[in-house]
Amino acid sequence: MSAIVKTLNHCSPDSVKVDGSHSLTVALAGNPNAGKTSLFNSLTGLRQKVANYPGVTVESKSGLWSLARHLPPARVIDLPGLYSLDATSLDEEIARDILLRRATNIAIPDVIIVVVDATNLVRNLYLATQLIDTQRRVVIALTMFDRAERSQLKIDTKRLSDALGVPVVPVVARRRRGLEELSKAVLDVIERPHSEGVRGHGFPLLVENAFADPAQRHSKLIKRYALIERIVSDAVEISDQGRLSISERIDRVVTHKIFGPLILMLVMLLVFQTIFSWASLPMNLIDQVFSGLSDSVRTNLPAGIFTDLLADGIIAGVGGVLAFLPQILLLFFFISILEDSGYMARAAFLTDRLMRAVGLHGKAFVPLLSSFACAVPGIMATRTIENPKDRIATIMIAPFMSCSARLPVYTLMIAAFFSGQKVLGVISVGALIILGMYLLGIAVAIVVAWIMKRTILKAPAPPFVMELPPYRVPELGNVAHTLFTRSTVFLKRAGTVILAISILLWALVAFPRAGSSSLPTGDGQGARELAGAQPPTPSLPQRERAEQVQNSFAGRAGRLIEPAIKPLGFDWKIGIGLISSFAARETIISTLSIVYNAGDNPETKSSSLVDALRSAKRADGSLVWTPLTGLSLMIFFLLACQCMSTVAIVRRETNSWRWPMFMVGYMLTLAYVASFVTYQGGQLLGFR
Amino acid sequence: MTLDMIPQNVMARVTSVAPGDGHSLRLMEMGVVPGAPVRVVKAAPLGDPIHVCVRNYHLALRRAEAKSITVTLHDSGAID
Repeated sequence: MSAIVKTLNHCSPDSVKVDGSHSLTVALAGNPNAGKTSLFNSLTGLRQKVANYPGVTVESKSGLWSLARHLPPARVIDLPGLYSLDATSLDEEIARDILLRRATNIAIPDVIIVVVDATNLVRNLYLATQLIDTQRRVVIALTMFDRAERSQLKIDTKRLSDALGVPVVPVVARRRRGLEELSKAVLDVIERPHSEGVRGHGFPLLVENAFADPAQRHSKLIKRYALIERIVSDAVEISDQGRLSISERIDRVVTHKIFGPLILMLVMLLVFQTIFSWASLPMNLIDQVFSGLSDSVRTNLPAGIFTDLLADGIIAGVGGVLAFLPQILLLFFFISILEDSGYMARAAFLTDRLMRAVGLHGKAFVPLLSSFACAVPGIMATRTIENPKDRIATIMIAPFMSCSARLPVYTLMIAAFFSGQKVLGVISVGALIILGMYLLGIAVAIVVAWIMKRTILKAPAPPFVMELPPYRVPELGNVAHTLFTRSTVFLKRAGTVILAISILLWALVAFPRAGSSSLPTGDGQGARELAGAQPPTPSLPQRERAEQVQNSFAGRAGRLIEPAIKPLGFDWKIGIGLISSFAARETIISTLSIVYNAGDNPETKSSSLVDALRSAKRADGSLVWTPLTGLSLMIFFLLACQCMSTVAIVRRETNSWRWPMFMVGYMLTLAYVASFVTYQGGQLLGFR
Repeated sequence: MTLDMIPQNVMARVTSVAPGDGHSLRLMEMGVVPGAPVRVVKAAPLGDPIHVCVRNYHLALRRAEAKSITVTLHDSGAID
């Protein structure tokens, strides 16, 4: 995790020289939804860096801004949004510390640009006036200026500037209007000594009295607002008041009692549909490219351990990670659009009551729903939940939303053991089972969240107060930025972990080399089972591969855990699959194919695997796989955390190994117990 | 009368905010101070949270939090 930018400013805070010897540090502060990020993107373009602030899970964004041609670019820090310097959350504390120059290990800003939303002047000026009162160098960037003009708001920026004692620069970030003036204002303000605070009042900065008694803070707060109202009424002319804004008219439908939830479901359906259908094309493409690559490596390079490592370990591993990318990009795309347009807040508004009943926050809805496609973007989307305990609770249960990687496992089991069966002659059992899996996942998530909130994540219910920003057409530039930064995070974090694990697993399966050690005793059983596996007759290379797998470390591990998984209805071959699937769920399909000699031909692979599963027999002649076994496996896969990407992302988002380890542990326990209950209970009830 | 009790779409004005709770300070910092115009737009489908318009921006908050805000209604009544 890279540390955030270190300042290059060695000069004393009182005088800053502007020359070519060092670059300035500029902090961007402002209310959430004020257009800070849009301005940040316009100023820095692609020269951005995202990391975590040291030691915490708050994200830091910094970039380079060319202030003037003769100067080195300035470092711009996009701070978390805040309403006031009296911080209530960790995000805000960090922003405040940086602004007040208390976070010397992070950055010391030379200039603060306060982003003030022109359509929301009074509230935005609360923070702005606090910052001006700290007597740092402040410039106000008046954003949404075009919107203000359209809603008949006439702002006399000169009067505002005179009253506040700082430059006020109107900007329209997405049209790149006002950016030059902003640079000039910043350079200007550097030359001057620090500001004297807002004119016309003499009371000291509120934040210094952070621990003063509430009544005092109360009255100072009110005084500040009174001052702001005076300033604004002096400088602003509002000519049109009583009409409902467009946003409110849209909200008539969007948060309507009936249409609201309906629209929400439609939106979610649309998102899933596009992900499942659109993502599959590039995913298959990537799959094909990488298996082709793997094949060509095997044919063109001399046979041997290194070639195997390259083909089966590295290329397969990288291919596995990249295959995720289309889905993840699509999800981030949708989440980003929903967020930027303002719809996300409405979704939280609609679902908060439901979420609260479980101990979660309305803002958890979209992240959890996204996890139905893939938990990785879902977990990353929990950033919007300010309360850390609520956020962790949401992260912990996100994997229970049956992600798309589980589907191949479900479909295989259903094809093998439940195909063709129907209920009431119409509804297929298979579809019911899949629906059941989804519902069971949700039910478990609810119970787990409820328990967690009452025990380890116990905390008083935080306030819900949430702004409903005006609807906006999302800026594609911002969306593209988000996509770029999020996917690089995924590739760097998850990618490296998955690659490492893929290589490890490859090694577990590749060693010891078949033929280098004699078959251990007790493997007569293995040979007999091999012989007992019926059509298709395994070809020689297939049989060799199967033997390799069975005698490898992974195979031995499978046999080692067999006694533990027998009560779940599994045998050691399934055990190998379970072990390998802990990196990524879908690998169990290929592992089982190898172990059961289903062959490499992708076309016949699945049907022959189904046949192999159905006919696999134990030494005593009884079937290994029964419908009950299939069900038990599905439930195990539903509840266990078998995804290195998720573990890696949880590690990053919670900034410690404690939570990911805990997650893997409790989910594994849950999976074991549920599988046990399913298999044993099922047998007791007379099912097979 | 507190904010959670007033009817929809009626202009009102904040008279006081009960101090002491964590959220009331936050609400005040966001501009819910005595004298601020406020209007309840609607409630969520399940009754909670409520969507209010404060000055000229929109806020969602739970009824329990709205209880700490005392308001008086205007005589002018509803808007379209």
